[in-house]
Amino acid sequence: MTDNAILTNVAEALPQFKDYVYPNERTLHPLWSVLIVVYPYITGLVAGAFIMASLVRVFKVKALEPIYRLALLTALAFLLCATLPLLFHLGHPERCFEIMMTPHFSSPMAMFGFVYAWYLMAVLLLELWFDYRRDFVEWSKMESGMRALIYRAFTLGVTDLSEPALGLDRKMGRIISIVGIPSAFLLHGYVGFIFGSIKANPWWGNVLMPIIFILSAVVSGMALCVFAYMFLCWARRITADMRCLDLMIRFLFYALVLDASIEGLDWLHRLYSAEEGIEVLKYVATSKLFYTLLIGQACMGTLVPLLLMGSMQIAGKKVAELNRRRIYFSATVLILAGVLAMRWNVVIGGQLFSKSLRGFMSYKMEFGGPEGWWLSAALLALPFVILTVFVKYFLARDLPTLENVVPGATPPAGPPPARA
Amino acid sequence: MTENATKAEGRRQKAESPTAATGVLRRSQNAATGGNVTRRGMLRSLAGIVGGILALPVARVCKAAVQNGLASAPAPSGYDPTQHKWLMALDVDRCIGCGMCVEACQAENDVPQGFFRTWIERYVIKKPASDSGKARGATVVDSPDGGIKGFPASLIPKEEILKSFFVPKMCNLCEQSPCTQVCPVGATFDAPDGAVLVDRKYCIGCGFCIQACPYGCRFFNSVTHTADKCTLCYHRITRGLKPACVEICPSQARIFGDLKHPVADDPLQRFIANNKVEALKASLGTGPRVAYAGLDEVVR
Repeated sequence: MTDNAILTNVAEALPQFKDYVYPNERTLHPLWSVLIVVYPYITGLVAGAFIMASLVRVFKVKALEPIYRLALLTALAFLLCATLPLLFHLGHPERCFEIMMTPHFSSPMAMFGFVYAWYLMAVLLLELWFDYRRDFVEWSKMESGMRALIYRAFTLGVTDLSEPALGLDRKMGRIISIVGIPSAFLLHGYVGFIFGSIKANPWWGNVLMPIIFILSAVVSGMALCVFAYMFLCWARRITADMRCLDLMIRFLFYALVLDASIEGLDWLHRLYSAEEGIEVLKYVATSKLFYTLLIGQACMGTLVPLLLMGSMQIAGKKVAELNRRRIYFSATVLILAGVLAMRWNVVIGGQLFSKSLRGFMSYKMEFGGPEGWWLSAALLALPFVILTVFVKYFLARDLPTLENVVPGATPPAGPPPARA
Repeated sequence: MTENATKAEGRRQKAESPTAATGVLRRSQNAATGGNVTRRGMLRSLAGIVGGILALPVARVCKAAVQNGLASAPAPSGYDPTQHKWLMALDVDRCIGCGMCVEACQAENDVPQGFFRTWIERYVIKKPASDSGKARGATVVDSPDGGIKGFPASLIPKEEILKSFFVPKMCNLCEQSPCTQVCPVGATFDAPDGAVLVDRKYCIGCGFCIQACPYGCRFFNSVTHTADKCTLCYHRITRGLKPACVEICPSQARIFGDLKHPVADDPLQRFIANNKVEALKASLGTGPRVAYAGLDEVVR
């Protein structure tokens, strides 16, 4: 018996494979492993955080002003890291620019470079620049040393603070924000389409997949904004603006209701139409993904937060502020974990059964290595590190207070976290 | 106020300038003929359409030439892919599961251990339980090490077996190949001669094509860090030889030929004419071209 035959027999004897899987599917870990779980998670957080910021800029929800800049900076911090999991995953990362240099236009993945570049350059960075330009000019005059140099560089030489110039800043900011909403949907809808377009896989090949991805992205990004805001308030020993927090949770609640409804509809449709492979999917959902799908995503990540936030919509102001904050924080942490579980269920779940629809694989995540737990954790932590730097430089409390960036806006009721 | 007056003066001067006057004249002339299709315009449009149609075959030849020149497919320099259309047919009833095709493929193409460009599956269909009211029992499929060393005796007792057969598997040479469609850089491409190839020097190793293949025919080559698959032994067929698996098959279960250059009493043409052929997972709309004869409905 050859070494290869022994290896295969051992592999078949292990509980890693059940029944018949194609020979090329008998690999130690799935082709798209935990790094590809992290990739749509980070991208979704970007899109959701931007939508939260758009509520202020486009829809003029004044109560959310305290988190406007924080939401934009959060989106930027995560967007800067969005490509890293993909890059680490590639067999030839040195050829990654071929996606942009010689794109194959029928591939959903080929569009990534363009959608990403558009979102980063034409939406997020531009909106931030128009929003911050006045502050950069003033801070560069007030600060000294390295900070002053950084702020001066960020003005890009445009130091005109006349009323027409500032008016143009506001106008451009709003236009970009309006363009940014469909762009955010495009950014994450496209990620959903990467999976939804694979008709070879009954778990992925689904017309609702892009919509599910967009909605879960909005939910996770909004939850991240609540989390970041509450964490920042706690770190700075200031009380969160409850008006802002209540409203954020209300929007988050509505988004989660919509997201849960569409995901429920997806399963209802799958079960009712009962196409080829439904038995396989049912087995995967109830056994292989029992903890991450039924417990993690459906129960802890959706039902419990819905109950927590829903009860707050009914009970409202009767609950003490401190308790409300605790409930909100718990709900957002559960939602963030639940959406991560959803990404896991989609990406890994779709690779736990053979395309022969006759067998199943298992995934035992490695700790180290290029596809391991530690790298994914590091990539998930990196945006928070970047966000900390952003907050230090662009949301520092010791910076002089400026007028509200939104025209006609009134100062928030509570002490904002970003400005003293 | 003064600024507005200056702007208005500027606009007036611009409107009175010769350039502006010429523009107005041109617009009025266009308006006079606007909407009417002139004979010259019509002839131009027709010439454009005819020219475009005539340019299509030229463009196709150019595309093939560029593909031939740039791709790292190991074809000899004089080979013209537009002059061939290769096809493989598989006769399930003839396959004896010896695994020699798998072994030949591994040796010919230096396939990494544990992966397969072609493999053999054994289907064992059990008899139904006496009171089940079903025509057949459960289907058990296996492919130990891709069938490279043949198949050991089935663990299912003979008296429980209704029927058993072997099915050779390989790239299905899809017309609308999903692997080609999703490749973000075009490293995977449909050659004009019907082969679906991977340019190893161009593949970024994202694995999208492997996920998109419904047949499990692609794998990630851990040596080259790129996608890998059956090439129909492109280095052989472009030199007038048969693929290794076809060459070695002792039962002639694999039939290979060129649809554009049928030989006398062509085995491929004869096979297609004499059998009811079908394709694997045709309902997915990938247009699989590999023709199977004798497929059972349980085969996926």
